[in-house]
Amino acid sequence: MIVNQISVFVENRPGRLAEITGILAAGGVDIRALSIADTSDFGILRLIVNDPERTDKLLREAGVTSGKTAVIAVKLADEPGSLHKILTILSNHDVVVEYAYAFITRKDSDAYVILKVANNDEAIAMLTAEGQQMLTPEEFYAL
Amino acid sequence: MYWNEKAETMPREEMRRIQGELLRGAVKRAYERVAPYRAKMKQTGVEPGDINTLEDIEKLPFTDKADLRDAYPYGMFAVGMDEVIRIHASSGTTGKQTVVGYTRKDIEIWNECMARCMTMAGVTRGDIVQVAYGYGLFTGGLGGHYGAEYIGAATVPASTGNTKRQLQILEDFGSTVLLCTPSYAMLLGDAVREAGIKGKLKLKSGIHGAEPWTEGMRRELEDRLGYKAYDIYGLSEISGPGVSCDCEAAAGLHVQEDHFYPEIVDAHTGKQVKDGMPGELVFTCLTKEALPLIRYNTRDICTLRKDKCACGRTLARMGKITGRTDDMLIIRGINVFPSQVESVLLGIAEVSPHYLLVVDRKNNLDTLEVRVELREGFPFDEVRRVEELERRIGKEINSTLSISADIRISPIGSVERSEGKAKRVLDLRKNL
Repeated sequence: MIVNQISVFVENRPGRLAEITGILAAGGVDIRALSIADTSDFGILRLIVNDPERTDKLLREAGVTSGKTAVIAVKLADEPGSLHKILTILSNHDVVVEYAYAFITRKDSDAYVILKVANNDEAIAMLTAEGQQMLTPEEFYAL
Repeated sequence: MYWNEKAETMPREEMRRIQGELLRGAVKRAYERVAPYRAKMKQTGVEPGDINTLEDIEKLPFTDKADLRDAYPYGMFAVGMDEVIRIHASSGTTGKQTVVGYTRKDIEIWNECMARCMTMAGVTRGDIVQVAYGYGLFTGGLGGHYGAEYIGAATVPASTGNTKRQLQILEDFGSTVLLCTPSYAMLLGDAVREAGIKGKLKLKSGIHGAEPWTEGMRRELEDRLGYKAYDIYGLSEISGPGVSCDCEAAAGLHVQEDHFYPEIVDAHTGKQVKDGMPGELVFTCLTKEALPLIRYNTRDICTLRKDKCACGRTLARMGKITGRTDDMLIIRGINVFPSQVESVLLGIAEVSPHYLLVVDRKNNLDTLEVRVELREGFPFDEVRRVEELERRIGKEINSTLSISADIRISPIGSVERSEGKAKRVLDLRKNL
């Protein structure tokens, strides 16, 4: 399924990341997962949160360059080989994965992987056809 | 040692008489042959007949880079293309370059002025002159080249860049004179120090211009390269390098004022200031055929003195350039206007026109960083896309301004907004 990731463009300067997490903390945002891509000039903070709409608004109001990015969330068994299975399906279809990161929750024994590809619907169709499990957005944000 | 003793040491009164005569002819010529200048004079209500003495020059209207831009490319030329034998260009205030032309006589006079300047710096026949200015539309390379050949020195057209090869030429060819920008000389000086070859070099003079530099930098250069460093000044609109240069007394740059008449004017009133007072440097080309600019305001700030120098020359001396009254930046010898960068950025849909130019000097070389804000909606979550955008902007800036810039895509709102005139430049270069 497609979920909204919060993407934040962060300039490389000491303390900037803490300023952003400070905004999230003050707003009571629950972070499910995060990944940071860094280069020598800038960083990109990618977040999965309980309420993307509100989080995006909070960050923008605080002057942070934030945006919602549609990404795919796949539920998979937390066991060796399950990530490989998904990436093999995508690879067999020549789908380029721009970035990926994963997380687990305390509520069940499964793992979740977030994927960014060029065409979400196409990739979801491929994964569903191969028996991969998708969640509804309601199920996902309630995790 | 003089190249042209008569011209360089003539009494002030005689110089004024010659300048007055030449001025009358130059103004008449510009009025008759250069339509934009004729229009300017008419607008000011002055005619060639009103210009009889050197004092009358204050009646004449100024020209500047904007006039050349409006007349792009050849509108200010006073001769047909059949008389032009060379064309050079420098950065304009917008995307368009400032185009300048030379007749055979103009080139001859440029060579003469370069020869005078280089002679001030001790260059003679028998010298090996390494010209490490860029060759091309920029006047530094060819100006230095032909000046050195005119003297009869052995001229090495090394052009700029490739430090390793420059060092090899310095050492193996036994160069005795180095021509390049002061910042490039500093880079070479550091490389010489690192290689430990100062003792093997035969350098006696360095002639450095196209960028402002300080006495402190002169001492640093002389220490690194074991020679005497001379400051040379020029601009393509007037001719190129060789408009003025300092002598062994290092007490101001002697202006070749029998060809380029200098004035210092108040930036606000446009009135001439007293000798020794700072103001905008204005030149009138007294002998130029192709592009006879009258009262061309360089926007460079300096002083002028007319007393006799310890070297024996009576030519007026300008002090070092201490700044500019417009927003032109000189980065690695290249003129850069923020408006040029802006015009490039406006053509790129993914970024907003909020930008800041950060100029610094690292390892003695000027650096230009362009901070520009992302536009709303750009998919910045992918590093690859942001980096591709940076590369694309860098390429566009390079092809428009001939300068490499480090592009920093920045968050929305990160470039400081100010009321009124936006702050577009942060110049961190200290002790120029």
